[in-house]
Amino acid sequence: MRTGATTVPAVPAVRVSRRSQLAALSVAMLRGFFRDRITIFLTFLFPLMFLVVFGLIFGSQATDSIRIGVVGDGAVLDQLPDGIVDIQRYDTLAEAQEAVRRGDIPAVVSQEGGAISLDYSAADQVRSGTIQSIVGAVVGQANQSAAGQPPQFALYAQQVEADALQPIQFITPGIMSWGVATSAAFGASLTLVAWRRRQVLRRVRLSPTPVWAVLAARIGLSLSVAVGQATVFVLVALLPIFGLRLSGTWWLALPVLVAGTLAFLAVGLLVGAVSRTEEAASAMANFIVLPMAFLSGTFFDIRAAPLWMQTLSQAMPLRHMNDGMLDVMVRRLGAGAIVAPVTILLGFAVVVSAIALRLFRWDSI
Amino acid sequence: MPDPTTARFASHAPAGREVAVDVRELHKRYGGTVAVDGLTFAVDVGEFFGILGPNGAGKTTTLEIMEGIRRADAGDVTVLGERPWPRNPALLPRIGVQLQGSAFFEKLTAREQLETFAALYGVPRRRAHEMLDVVGLSGRSKVLEDRLSGGERQRLSIACALVHDPALLFLDEPTASLDPQARRNLWDLLRDIQQRGKTIVYTTHSIDEAEALCDRVAILDHGRLLALDAPRTLVRELDAATRVRLPRLVLDAAAARALPGADTVEEDGADVVITSRSPAQVVAALAASDRLDGVSLRTATLEDVFLDLTGRAYRA
Repeated sequence: MRTGATTVPAVPAVRVSRRSQLAALSVAMLRGFFRDRITIFLTFLFPLMFLVVFGLIFGSQATDSIRIGVVGDGAVLDQLPDGIVDIQRYDTLAEAQEAVRRGDIPAVVSQEGGAISLDYSAADQVRSGTIQSIVGAVVGQANQSAAGQPPQFALYAQQVEADALQPIQFITPGIMSWGVATSAAFGASLTLVAWRRRQVLRRVRLSPTPVWAVLAARIGLSLSVAVGQATVFVLVALLPIFGLRLSGTWWLALPVLVAGTLAFLAVGLLVGAVSRTEEAASAMANFIVLPMAFLSGTFFDIRAAPLWMQTLSQAMPLRHMNDGMLDVMVRRLGAGAIVAPVTILLGFAVVVSAIALRLFRWDSI
Repeated sequence: MPDPTTARFASHAPAGREVAVDVRELHKRYGGTVAVDGLTFAVDVGEFFGILGPNGAGKTTTLEIMEGIRRADAGDVTVLGERPWPRNPALLPRIGVQLQGSAFFEKLTAREQLETFAALYGVPRRRAHEMLDVVGLSGRSKVLEDRLSGGERQRLSIACALVHDPALLFLDEPTASLDPQARRNLWDLLRDIQQRGKTIVYTTHSIDEAEALCDRVAILDHGRLLALDAPRTLVRELDAATRVRLPRLVLDAAAARALPGADTVEEDGADVVITSRSPAQVVAALAASDRLDGVSLRTATLEDVFLDLTGRAYRA
């Protein structure tokens, strides 16, 4: 120090409330999030569009009972099982045959006295085959009861699951996991890159705010967004038009949701640490998450996929998030089912965050 | 490049004055590029201190080291009695920083930006509203930051730096890329802030601005201190001649040489330029022969000081 010159005496540092700093950063992030229409669309509506598309495509295939045209009346026609076939009556055979030809109905059954005839279209062979065997069975039964003999053998068929897993049951947890994963990865990476590029990180660091507060605010926002997304998504899927049925253990999906969000938030931190611009960050996040969605059974049942893909999918966090969600949301499995997925997802989050931390830079220079 | 020992230095910080920032023998290089090369200076409390230099002179690096964003390779920096590096939470609430280019949260209004910074510094929310008033943005409080004009953004940025009432303010080129009107507005604001008892350290590449605003100015080039003193003192010490410029149609070069008090005469395009150490004599002679039409006088400025120190014209 120069002789004669004095320095300003240091005043004791003011204690700033950590909670209000965290709240301020969270509110700033939340506002930034909700004021960006594109982000809102990608977060909440985009996954729903997938649900609508896949739900309606697969849904109509599975839930339609088989329509069948009927002309005339008699014992056999009366015995056609109502629950399985959807009976449509026609006045004349010609009219019904025309309907088959047009493709309105796959087949028509007519009875005239003892003669049962079945006219079918070969366009949908699975359905016409099904109809042939149903009608055949009904005719057989009718013959037997006409003969007055009790049946010697009886077949009792019942399903193992109370409900078969309809496509909607597979699709909902899968698309939901993918939607949550995408917004966790994008959200974290874009916050990091935008705040770095806009010098907000640097400016916050020049205030007496602990740096973990930025990360904590982002984690808080990502978890809230994930819960919001999942709620909206499940509520829509529960609508009768989609027909999702949740199992009693659905609430076990929450730990999976949290662990999955943290895993993909870590991916976002890594992407944000190495990207200079928002465009680069989006591209990289897409490049990581999108292929993962296809390889992890987001849009279909992974057990139907080739073996190599099933093996590969084990390396993807999205697969484990998917599995955990499926097990507790629709497969009615208990808490034991989520131990492995949650552990794997949290482990993934820790490892990837540690790498992100090493590569992280405050300034874009 | 003049030897630093022969460059003009004021005897800064006389006995009894308080020092806000003390920088000694500061060095910083990026790879092979020397950004700061042995800077020593001190800023007094309450002073409006300018760091002036062309682009790439090392102004921002020097400022960033004082703010504690960058670590110096060598040298000592004390800010309000504290070391800024490593990040010093005891010092941060006492300094206000405006970065080059703005640093705003996305999609927040002017008032929300200020409220956020107020909370980060733990000051009441009403301070944010007072600051909007101070910088004249009360009427724009609900406007999103990206819809503000360049001048408004700079004022908001300064308000954010002031929200916690710091004793010392670092401003990095606050007036860059502003139109003349906005620049003048900002000058008034900065003078007003100094009146409130703040110490201001700021960088600029605008010579006329440094001359208009600063109590003292440090002229930097290539990371070295060329001169440090009050702008007026620097100009006076340069002891430069006054230049009288008039159209050749009014007076040709030969006639100009004959004027009393004319030291040298040059032709410059359509003009004749007379250099004089007794400009009153020259002007009186011109007036006597009724030749004052189109005559302009130019006394030395900081720009001439820079030219004199570096031997080359100032490139902003």
